[in-house]
Amino acid sequence: MSEDVLLVKDLYAGYGNQEVIRGVSLKVSKGEKVVIMGPSGSGKSTLLKSIVRLVEPWKGLIYINSINVLDPRTDIRKVRQMVGFVFQSYNLFPHMTVLRNITLPLETVKKMPKEEAIQKAIKVLRLVGMEEFKDRYPLQLSGGQQQRVAIARALAMDPVLLLLDEPTSALDPELKEEVLDVLRDIAKRGISMLIVTHELDFAEDVADRIVFMDDGRIIEEGPPHRVLYNPRIDRTKKFLRAIARRVFR
Amino acid sequence: MAWNKLGVIGMDTTNPLFFIMNLIPYLAEGLLMTLQISVLSFFFGLCLATLLTLMRVFGNLPLRTISRAYIEAFRGTPVLVQLLLIYFGLPSIGIKFDPVTAAIITLSLNSAAYQAEILRSSIKAIPETQYLSAESLGMSTFQIYRYVILPQALRTAVPALVNEMVALVKESSLASVIGVVELTRRGEYMVAYTFRALEVYIAVALVYLVVCLALSQLSKVIEAKFRIPGYERGRA
Repeated sequence: MSEDVLLVKDLYAGYGNQEVIRGVSLKVSKGEKVVIMGPSGSGKSTLLKSIVRLVEPWKGLIYINSINVLDPRTDIRKVRQMVGFVFQSYNLFPHMTVLRNITLPLETVKKMPKEEAIQKAIKVLRLVGMEEFKDRYPLQLSGGQQQRVAIARALAMDPVLLLLDEPTSALDPELKEEVLDVLRDIAKRGISMLIVTHELDFAEDVADRIVFMDDGRIIEEGPPHRVLYNPRIDRTKKFLRAIARRVFR
Repeated sequence: MAWNKLGVIGMDTTNPLFFIMNLIPYLAEGLLMTLQISVLSFFFGLCLATLLTLMRVFGNLPLRTISRAYIEAFRGTPVLVQLLLIYFGLPSIGIKFDPVTAAIITLSLNSAAYQAEILRSSIKAIPETQYLSAESLGMSTFQIYRYVILPQALRTAVPALVNEMVALVKESSLASVIGVVELTRRGEYMVAYTFRALEVYIAVALVYLVVCLALSQLSKVIEAKFRIPGYERGRA
């Protein structure tokens, strides 16, 4: 097989009988950073969630590191161990310290000995600049700090792919930057990333490719410069005009 | 006469305050029975409630239906009627309990319904994002409940469970109806011997009040001990 970390083909997914993803095909190569953009309700989050079956896909194909994710014989928990997921609302466990938030999955899912898990946790916390907060509880931290811990928690699992669902949308501009800086830093380390975000500068810096979604489909994709400065599709133009006050002919 | 050992007969009844104070040690013995019934009922009720909640949350449709029907039946009928049914009704089909056992069985069965609802609503109060987050890390359903959901849900449940314990202390007074000599029944005896219903029932009420206030304090201590740091709303 190829060097694709993620391969999605003709994916359909939704909630109840409401179809949200209508035939999406997408590839992320090893080390590639792909940014997904698109208006609310276009299916970005659902797409991310359905990749690790947090939303159950209806039909299509998903391969992660050549593992057939939708094969009933595949243990989805094994797949989720390999894929980090960062949520818009951080979703740390409020009743545990920052350190425990990270060691818990290492100990229970990866069966790592306690000491090793602690070492690993401290290492990733250092990476996101949160080491000194290891004994705090999530609700004692700012949103930006919580999100950095959530990123550390995902990284601690040594994922082959990191899925980020609007990681900075819940943050004010100042806190956004501290999280985006951490993400820029991580991006340089060669991990494959699929990021839903509306941060144009960040997308331009980090993305190898930008995918634009609308109404459950990918309507445009290409290198960041092309999509951000010279979009071909009217819907993309309209969206970028709205979020960046950019003018297109 | 047994009563006289306690100095009831011939007790100075001229000063009401003094009289009430003198009643307390006598009533305290009834309190022991009250506490025995309510604590045991709470404990057995909690065990059964756990089972009902497991059926409700993890069970298939028949199990969920049984659990719901049980809860509706015991919440939808008066506990006094349940007590009378079990103590006076069941003997006619050959099931006979002594009064204390009948009281504990009734209150356990009844409290289980309420406690099951407390546990279920506490579990439901945990946001779905907590499940998603744990799932995304590859945790199993058992691990998710063991480490993420239940520790949070049980914190939420503490005040309501203590409230249920308080309710049980008071409901245990119904056992006096089938002849269990607990706090209220002792009060009734005292009234029969002294004809001072006002003072006696005030004393009885005060003993209940002290116990329930102590339980509220206990709730505060437990809540403070398990408070999630940073969760300021929980300080109420």
